[in-house]
Amino acid sequence: MTSTSAGAAPGEAGGPGQNLGPGEASSTGHHAHPDHSLTGFVLFLASESLVFLAFFAGYAVLKNGALSWYPAGVEGLEWREPLRYTAVLLSSSGTIALAEHFLARGRLGLFRGFWLLTMAMGAVFLAGQVLEWRGLAFGFTDGVFANLFYLLTGFHGLHVAAGIVLMGVTLARSFTPSAGGGHKGLQAAGLFWHFVDVIWVVLFLLLYVWR
Amino acid sequence: MVSTAATSTPPAPGSWLRYLGWSTDAKVIGIQYIATALIFLLVGGFLAMVIRGELITPEADLVDRTVYNALYTMHGTIMLFLFIFPVLNGLNNLLVPLMIGAPDMAFPRLNAVAFWMVPVFGLILMASFLVPGGPAASGWWSYPPVSLQNPLGILLNGQALWILAVALSGVSSIIGALNVVTTILRLRAPGMGLFRMPIFCWTALSAQLIQLAGLPVLTGGAVMLLLDLVAGTSFYRPEGGGDPVLYQHFFWFYSHPAVYVIILPIFGVFSELLPVYARKPLFGYTVVAIASLVIVGLSLIVWVHHMFPSGVAQWMRDLFMVTTMLIAVPTGIKVFAWVATLWRGKIRLTSAMLFALGGIVNFVFAGITGVMLATVPIDIHVNNTYFVVGHFHYVIYGAATMGVYAAIYHWFGKFTGRMLYEGLGKLHFVLTFIGTNLNFLPMHPLGLMGMPRRVSSYDPEFAFWNVLASLGAFILGVSIIPFLLNLVSSLVRGAKAPANPWNAIGLEWLLPSPPPAENFEEHIPTVLRGPYGYGSGEPLVEHQERYEQALREVAA
Repeated sequence: MTSTSAGAAPGEAGGPGQNLGPGEASSTGHHAHPDHSLTGFVLFLASESLVFLAFFAGYAVLKNGALSWYPAGVEGLEWREPLRYTAVLLSSSGTIALAEHFLARGRLGLFRGFWLLTMAMGAVFLAGQVLEWRGLAFGFTDGVFANLFYLLTGFHGLHVAAGIVLMGVTLARSFTPSAGGGHKGLQAAGLFWHFVDVIWVVLFLLLYVWR
Repeated sequence: MVSTAATSTPPAPGSWLRYLGWSTDAKVIGIQYIATALIFLLVGGFLAMVIRGELITPEADLVDRTVYNALYTMHGTIMLFLFIFPVLNGLNNLLVPLMIGAPDMAFPRLNAVAFWMVPVFGLILMASFLVPGGPAASGWWSYPPVSLQNPLGILLNGQALWILAVALSGVSSIIGALNVVTTILRLRAPGMGLFRMPIFCWTALSAQLIQLAGLPVLTGGAVMLLLDLVAGTSFYRPEGGGDPVLYQHFFWFYSHPAVYVIILPIFGVFSELLPVYARKPLFGYTVVAIASLVIVGLSLIVWVHHMFPSGVAQWMRDLFMVTTMLIAVPTGIKVFAWVATLWRGKIRLTSAMLFALGGIVNFVFAGITGVMLATVPIDIHVNNTYFVVGHFHYVIYGAATMGVYAAIYHWFGKFTGRMLYEGLGKLHFVLTFIGTNLNFLPMHPLGLMGMPRRVSSYDPEFAFWNVLASLGAFILGVSIIPFLLNLVSSLVRGAKAPANPWNAIGLEWLLPSPPPAENFEEHIPTVLRGPYGYGSGEPLVEHQERYEQALREVAA
């Protein structure tokens, strides 16, 4: 935020303004800019959550207005198996928190272990998603419930995959600290992962619990 | 000293060629946005001339009816997504970093990415003129079921390209919004608290917050429309359990607030210009700033007023009628603040000031018809008539585009180093003001008489007002000529712009015209008080005399 300290007035030697810090030096020969990527990332997540909110609202509107909801011959979704994968995804929010905890204590090995574990749990969730899709009796175009089911789980699955990639990149960067932007990247990946988890909770309630 | 710092930095490459390529400099990107937007203004304007040419006679005689459908669809889409949004993004890029004393936007590379998406989706939209079946023809809102027809049954149809272009436009605007909001929140000069920002920055912040909240919803809805069109889903197809009205909710949840995305920065322009040309502080600065945020909040809960005839529940009609009327309160506050600013001011009628005053007059008119349209019985009576078209064009051309012209006449010298000609500017204003009112005022009686929009032939009883409207449109077409002439001849041989030609107060006027690439570089000033200290004689920043001294040295 705004600094009230006296900035550099013309004619005074040195005294960098509050804006100067390590950061990006762009290709046109700009001076170094401060790194505000985390602010931007939080704004992005807030904006992204509204895409999901739109899909959720659409789901509720269409379900409330529907004469028949599930495709012919389908009574409802099997929820026990998805619940297990849900448990895996939700616990991964805990493992990533542990990873960040160990990073703050400087225990790099444990950080990497739990970070990798989080990625693996995300991958298990995705695998479960694929198995569920393959076992379903209806396809993408079999009525509006099927449309919404595949759209919502697919869009969320893309986010899980993106989260795993993001974590992979930051993990790789932890071996080359000179790459820069490392800590901001870690924080961003952590935030993103919690975001993906929260979205899934709402999705699970809408798709599997709300009959 | 500033002068040595200014001359020791390698100046931005002076060649105009830098505007044609990849650049991460906000001042280059801003001009790229505005130039691109003006090209598309000519394209969209040409389509409007054909539309008004068709409507000058009651019979459908100039173009085929299906062509006419494509014409008004593309006219609206081009003007909104390729003219007005890009031109405002250009103003954001030029003005926001300078006004808050930042060297550039927060994310320069993302900024360039966001800009270069504009020509990409512009070309996609233009390419739809070439595909079999022609471009989208279901109106700029593309309601299903009309937008889901695809009579030729081909995958790459005009409607699909339209959706793709709009989705890309949304992504570009979201990236731009992240950048503007982060810049304003994090890169302000020392001493510049939020309540010391120029009003333009408040309105830019407010407008871009709306983009962040609304665009994701439209983009989500557009993805579902695309899937319905090309992948066989039935989100909006009743025969598959879908609901076409759901699309209207998605569309208007963004596209009504989008009008505020457009008009809020224009309110900012009016609030910047009036104090300069009336030599008085802006009346009620704090209230005007807060009113912008109130408009953001209200704008997100009014969208159903576009759907009063769409079979929504009565309680929704009542609720959204009230919320829509409430918007008149913060906007009315701003109008009163402008009038109070002018009151007993030493008014200078420059081209910029004329456009600002004309824009305010047109905006007040549009605001009155807006409250009329918010009223459910009137709205149902004039639904889908020319009354709506007239109201909308008073906002978009009468207020917003005239505000854009005002901004260009005011800040052109600052960013190009050349002054625009005042004589041509005033001619441009007179033609624009007369043309706007002659074009759009007759649409109101037409709408009240019941002439439907989006038809190429009409009952001869409507002919009189249509002839007037078409004449007005052609005057608007002609009005572009002195404007373009002014831009080109000023760039080629206009007078050199001094650092502060209008004797204005603000950080941007403490820099040479054009400013150096990094604006204040390491000499970012410490702001001492709020903007618009006209008549107070107090300095805006610490050691202001040193900045002014440096400017005199540069000039000499």
